[in-house]
Amino acid sequence: MQYKAAETFSRRSEPLAIGGRTLRSRLILGSGGFTSLELLASAVEASGTGLVTVAMRRVDPTARGSLIEVLDGLGVRVLPNTAGCFTARDAVRTAQLAREALQTDWVKLEVIGDAQTLLPDATELLIAAEQLVNDGFVVLPYTTDDPILARRLEDAGCAAVMPLGSPIGSGMGICNPYNIALICERAGVPVVLDAGVGTASDAAFAMELGCAAVLCASAISRAEEPVAMAYAIAAAVTAGHEARGAGRIPRRRLASASSPLEGMPDLG
Amino acid sequence: MDRREVIVVGGGVIGLSIAWRAARSGISVTLLERDRFGAGATHAAAGMLAPVAEADFGGAGRALVELGLTSATSWPQFAAALERDSGLPSRLRADGALVLARDRDEAEALERQLAYRRRLGLAVTRITPSRARELEPALAPSLRLALEIPGESSVDPRWVCDALVLAARGAGAELREHCEVAGLVRRGGRVSGVALADGGQLGADRVVLAAGAWSAALSDVPVRPVKGQIMRLRDGDGPGLVGRTLRFEGGYIVTRGDGGYVLGASSEERGFDTTVTARPLYELLRDASELVPGLLDLEVEEITVGLRPGSPDNLPLIGASDEDGLILACGHFRNGILLAPITATLVVGVLEDALPSASVGSRHIPDEVGV
Repeated sequence: MQYKAAETFSRRSEPLAIGGRTLRSRLILGSGGFTSLELLASAVEASGTGLVTVAMRRVDPTARGSLIEVLDGLGVRVLPNTAGCFTARDAVRTAQLAREALQTDWVKLEVIGDAQTLLPDATELLIAAEQLVNDGFVVLPYTTDDPILARRLEDAGCAAVMPLGSPIGSGMGICNPYNIALICERAGVPVVLDAGVGTASDAAFAMELGCAAVLCASAISRAEEPVAMAYAIAAAVTAGHEARGAGRIPRRRLASASSPLEGMPDLG
Repeated sequence: MDRREVIVVGGGVIGLSIAWRAARSGISVTLLERDRFGAGATHAAAGMLAPVAEADFGGAGRALVELGLTSATSWPQFAAALERDSGLPSRLRADGALVLARDRDEAEALERQLAYRRRLGLAVTRITPSRARELEPALAPSLRLALEIPGESSVDPRWVCDALVLAARGAGAELREHCEVAGLVRRGGRVSGVALADGGQLGADRVVLAAGAWSAALSDVPVRPVKGQIMRLRDGDGPGLVGRTLRFEGGYIVTRGDGGYVLGASSEERGFDTTVTARPLYELLRDASELVPGLLDLEVEEITVGLRPGSPDNLPLIGASDEDGLILACGHFRNGILLAPITATLVVGVLEDALPSASVGSRHIPDEVGV
């Protein structure tokens, strides 16, 4: 089966802008976990994404035939990330190296608290975010689903906040939808759900909660058919976003007939 | 220009296998290696012959399983012929393999792997942790689940390399070390030889490109280096700690049967970088010793960095190229040792014109490949 790029979905709403730049799609792709470069390339195309994040600790951006070259060839922008950094110092240094190598001042900031959960270290994250913003970076921080921390990151000058739905690679979906909704409600910058998506419905749910975009890696790269899953999740992001804009009906405990009962003929 | 029928560029396990089999078929062949024989990926490789354990999802994954199974089936015969022609005793071992899960998450992932292999009709058995520990008593009690792959074997790539050099020379092939090829020579619209880095030229009817991670420097092939860091450990008390190949999330332990073990391997997109770094080695030792605690008492014999020749879909490029006179045998990624016999068979088939040209290559694996 052939999958058209998800760009062809109807889109009535404004495109998303982060840090003054318009994004082609509300789905951002992670590049980790694909078994081959060809699969990565096909999934990027099927997803319709315009932005793909790459772990700077794992690639040499100058290598020929590398990931970066493949992404350049596809016409998508590379968003360097600081995955694998455990201190603010390491994250800041990694971001600076990425800026030099890739000529971009955008960075997806990750400062990890421990190797088992890969949860963000809130204190180090805030310190690194402040330093990078001061240094002129457009900072997109991967954060816990804590509304207060999200606000502090926004106050520090981050261009978006990226709360987790559940731990990286866990595929457990959105464990605390209340917090995600609260972050979305109060944020003045775009909220991108980062981590935890396991399948399409999780991505649609994130958008229905008010997220501006979804970042997704393992759910696509480790699926049995990554290209089909990329297409499905892109469709779900669009569906969730449109549904949010359309305004869902309130939940009721009892039924309410969709056709009115008044005026029915009395057939005795 | 001095001429012969075939020049093979690259003296790793792929190039050497082709040179040996071509020479045995009566073809005059010269092989050129820029470094020492087998100094590239061959020297680092662990030598697992593991098409079942390594089966990936998707069309390319299934094609690689097919190709790998065909090659694995021919390995015993290949090794026996190599032993006979070289006089070096075979180091092929059919110990079987265990795939291991340390916790519930890994066990779930293993169940998915098992279901996929069953769908492909591959021989894999789910066994309990206690059964796995009967088979391999060195495994930690914390083991959660294991899959047994009875048939999978391994071979010492350094024996393969040494034996191929002796066997190929014995069969009449000319093998040159420290002889770098700077470029291909083209004449009359076809590849007609190679230019050497020291300035000379060698002519041939056909050139076989088997230069591993360096192949893209000579022809427009989509091959890139994928860095791997790997350790060799030795048990001073001799063999016995582990008998089978053990695989786990993030690595494997291959037993050589003489107290030697290979623990691998990282997979890094870092171009031609060959520096040794702490993190992957730490992670390999951490993960492997959770499964086999006794591993930490072994001697560290060697830490090696190799560059796998990666292709876009992980499938090798084998067969006639777009250019007349140029035959490809590159892009074998993680599977060079496994695929050496089938590659030699296919390439020698093309050389003998037994197979139609352009019948193979990445994503064009032939339906039938006789070995």
